[in-house]
Amino acid sequence: MPYTTYLVEKGASHSFVAEAKPPTVTMPRIKALMTGSLPGFVDVVRNLNSPALLEDSVIRQAKTAGKRIIFYGDETWVKLFPKHFAEYDGTTSFFVSDYTEVDNNVTRHLDKVLKRGDWDMLILHYLGLDHIGHISGPNSPLIGHKLSEMDSVLMKIHTSLQSKERETPLPNLLVLCGDHGMSETGSHGASSMEEVNTPLILISSAFERKPGDIRHPKHVQQTDVAATLAIALGLPIPKDSVGSLLFPVVEGRPMREQLRFLHLNTVQLSKLLQENVPSYEKDPGFEQFKMSERLHGNWIRLYLEEKHSEVLFNLGSKVLRQYLAALKTLSLSLSTQVAQYDMYSMMVGTVVVLEVLTLLLLSVPQALHRKAELEVPLSSPGFSLLFYLVILVLSAVHVIVCTSAESSCYFCGLSWLAAGGVMVLASALLCVIVSVLTNVLVGGNTSRKNPVHPSSRWSELDLLILLGTAGHVLSLGASSFVEEEHQTWYFLVNTLCLALSQETYRNYFLGDDSEPPCGLHVEQGLDGATPAWQDGSACDALERDKGHRSPSPSQVLRGHKKWMVLASPWLILACCRLLRSLNQTGVQWAHRPDLGHWLTSSDHKAELSVLAAISLLVVFVLVQRGCSSVSKAALALGLLGVYCYRAAIGSVQFPWRPDSQDISKGIIEARFVYIFVLGILFTGTKDLLKSQVIAADFKLKTVGLWEIHSGLVLLAALLFRPHNLPVLAFSLLIQTLMTKFIWKPLRHDAAEITVMHYWFGQAFFYFQGNSNNIATVDISAGFVGLDTYVEIPAVLLTAFGTYAGPVLWASHLVYFLSSETRSSSALSHACFCYALICSIPVSTYIVLVTSLRYHLFIWSVFSPKLLYEGMHLLITAAVCVFFTAMDQTRLTQS
Amino acid sequence: MKDTDIKRLLYTHLLCIFSIILSVFIPSLFLENFSILETHLTWLCVCSGFVTAVNLVLYLAVKPNTSSKRSSLSHKVTRFLKCCIYFLMSCFSFHVIFVLYGAPLIELALETFLFAVILSTFTTVPCLCLLGPNLKAWLRVFSRNGVTSIWENSLQMTTISSFVGAWLGALPIPLDWERPWQVWPISCTLGATFGYVAGLVVSPLWIYWNRKQLTYKNN
Repeated sequence: MPYTTYLVEKGASHSFVAEAKPPTVTMPRIKALMTGSLPGFVDVVRNLNSPALLEDSVIRQAKTAGKRIIFYGDETWVKLFPKHFAEYDGTTSFFVSDYTEVDNNVTRHLDKVLKRGDWDMLILHYLGLDHIGHISGPNSPLIGHKLSEMDSVLMKIHTSLQSKERETPLPNLLVLCGDHGMSETGSHGASSMEEVNTPLILISSAFERKPGDIRHPKHVQQTDVAATLAIALGLPIPKDSVGSLLFPVVEGRPMREQLRFLHLNTVQLSKLLQENVPSYEKDPGFEQFKMSERLHGNWIRLYLEEKHSEVLFNLGSKVLRQYLAALKTLSLSLSTQVAQYDMYSMMVGTVVVLEVLTLLLLSVPQALHRKAELEVPLSSPGFSLLFYLVILVLSAVHVIVCTSAESSCYFCGLSWLAAGGVMVLASALLCVIVSVLTNVLVGGNTSRKNPVHPSSRWSELDLLILLGTAGHVLSLGASSFVEEEHQTWYFLVNTLCLALSQETYRNYFLGDDSEPPCGLHVEQGLDGATPAWQDGSACDALERDKGHRSPSPSQVLRGHKKWMVLASPWLILACCRLLRSLNQTGVQWAHRPDLGHWLTSSDHKAELSVLAAISLLVVFVLVQRGCSSVSKAALALGLLGVYCYRAAIGSVQFPWRPDSQDISKGIIEARFVYIFVLGILFTGTKDLLKSQVIAADFKLKTVGLWEIHSGLVLLAALLFRPHNLPVLAFSLLIQTLMTKFIWKPLRHDAAEITVMHYWFGQAFFYFQGNSNNIATVDISAGFVGLDTYVEIPAVLLTAFGTYAGPVLWASHLVYFLSSETRSSSALSHACFCYALICSIPVSTYIVLVTSLRYHLFIWSVFSPKLLYEGMHLLITAAVCVFFTAMDQTRLTQS
Repeated sequence: MKDTDIKRLLYTHLLCIFSIILSVFIPSLFLENFSILETHLTWLCVCSGFVTAVNLVLYLAVKPNTSSKRSSLSHKVTRFLKCCIYFLMSCFSFHVIFVLYGAPLIELALETFLFAVILSTFTTVPCLCLLGPNLKAWLRVFSRNGVTSIWENSLQMTTISSFVGAWLGALPIPLDWERPWQVWPISCTLGATFGYVAGLVVSPLWIYWNRKQLTYKNN
């Protein structure tokens, strides 16, 4: 950018590095720039759909002062400040793949507007650079072109402003800034150095030309821009701004004005402090402010008495220093203070979550019983009395807290009906827990009289599952483990594979020697070592199992299949190792070169095309075996359509057209695939419904479930980026291997299979390249086959694309368990286990985050993870609903 | 009889621990700038050599399983060669497992391999000394209710504790404390060593504690 560099080095300008606070996404950053306040993490969710900004901002102040504001660029501004702009043209930012038109849309207005000059403020928000970063990263050759284009735009504006300045008395101010940076991968949202540091250049003829050292510009906060702009425009500083004036900007003004500006800023900050902190008088910043105000008074008196003296200057610079110190402390204490927590609402939420978790945990023995009944005892009058008492206490607490709280509280802001509902829920849950507890205690007394079955030792696999879950939950308390959570899952999955291989070895080498005694069966994990089998029913269950297992597994499986069984854990391990090197995620090792980057770079398009084609072929071969012929054809066409779509948007190529330049948005191809996805899902649902009507047809139901699974696979194939297609292929491969060679021969019980599915699902979430960091969400998945941004499909598609791994494994779990006929209650067991294993980390994490809320990394590490966990919980809930629906159809059959 | 056996077990284990301690201090007499963390690879070699030597000496001196009926020289030589091959095989298979667990494939290959060597020293070498190159016996010892003497019992415990130590040693690697011992594979080798030592210490005590309950098929 030669012109900008010239301006920065030689011209009348001030340049800074403005530090943005995470989350570094557009909407919160615009808010920070214009209001000077610190928006929270909820704004990340609202980023896609920004409601109007209600807080005080520079734009609002300018509007009330009667200034004419013109805006061109990112539509987010228009949504944030509706009716504030005299003239605007918003560009939707959701076509990330487009980087020329979005900027031409801004630039085409420029000449006209600059000539007209009937405005006071002109805001331009260019999107192209950000989009290039999203598409091809910061090292793309496109970046250079875009930067020189931006430079020419800046030159145009600057020269036009300079020519105009001769006519008007007041100098112009040109501010060049970025809302956020760009990470190594071209994305943004997190808190790495590259994302947080943004340029800030103020150019005006009012500044002195000074050839200073501009290699190391001063670091300032992004929130300082709002205060500086307000002072420069002669407007009141926005009420909630925590920023302080960029002092070098006003350094050229006379002493009296400098002091006046600083005074305005400190008064505004101290007012904000008074509103937010009850004991503001003890704050060091406030004390400094009072002292500097007094000194300022002295200075004014002196100034009125005599002008231009040494004393005056000395005192003035002393006041100045005092003011700057006060500003610094005030700004600092405000930015820590403003992050206040709504403890009451947090406590209420946590209590409800923990009550549900306790209920789930308490009903483990009951729910894993062979009948799988989850009874909720709610009858005795004692408990209803308790229920009313608890409601009374809770409402009393609610009234007391809400009337005494000074700060705003979300829960108090709810209507009385909603708050009452929450309280009824909380107290009902409490009563249920108490009654279940008494039941367990009473039942425990009776069952203890029965002879407890001696062989209740757990297999290594169960031990590993328990320890792994506990370890993962505990690891969520450390910020590094949250950042590198993928390592935890890879580690656990690897250990699981090793444990499985040990189990297979033991079964096939030692099982031959002797007929194991009754107790050893349970130990070997062939049957459940879960508590369900322990209370009395274990022995007859074993007998029953022995009945239909009479040819022992080692005798049935001979030759090649035996070797496949022994080798399959190692094959799975090798697959996992390959996938791990596909996408490097996390923080510490994210910069390492990985296969994904190698493939996506433009030099390796041919390799990527071959890989994508092979993966799609593998997907077809693995999926088609369970489908009916109609959906087989649909699947084949759909997968072809996926390749055509990727070829149309230019990420892969056809062998007969190696250098095609015509890049479209691929809308037709994507919609073509959507039709087949819907078709396959529809056939699956039809089969399921038919199987419900014709009660005997069990096979039809299995086919229906597999078709639903394959429909989801096809959708994932469409949404995944081409270099991630091997993830899908390997996921299907591992599922097939596990089903054929591990779960079926070794006869694991439903709980173990569920936990394994959950672990693999989590590992595949990270194999896809996700992390606990907002920046890795692939929002482009939400725009596949859509012309414009439509909220609901975009959000659903993005969510599915992100959580494709866990969802596909869960749908495979449903298929697998209903295709296995051996246990009637396997599906309900699995549903319960799935709900439990997903809710344990979430609820523990909520408690952990609440207790760590003053941690240094709370906003950069823990909050994004909380968002991910919340989303995961929603997905889990959907999966559990699906489970229950399947279970219901089974119940109506029998 | 049993108490004397346990005592012998304890003494041999103490000798093994002593060899590990020696491997920390002796090299610093001969080498300058020797420390476990900075010249980790040297320490790994020295420690592996010491432990192997002590195990061999103990095997020759104590001979816990006196089952050498056919002791012709050629038989002994083939047996020894077989042991060497088994040891190398175990090193390579450990290396493969570490790579599958996520160790870098090309860079740091020497470090990974030395970790495999030291883990083999802690696990495979005692097995080879005690059981010989006999896979069937190994499988028997490492399955439930398969041990037939206190020696095998303690072997099972030390081996498993070495594996668990190495496994636990991998846990602190992602933490951002930036300590020198968090570098691959130092934490894992240290974990394996601590696990081995813990197994050596705990197994005689555990056997002593449970000597009433323990009944082996042979006794």
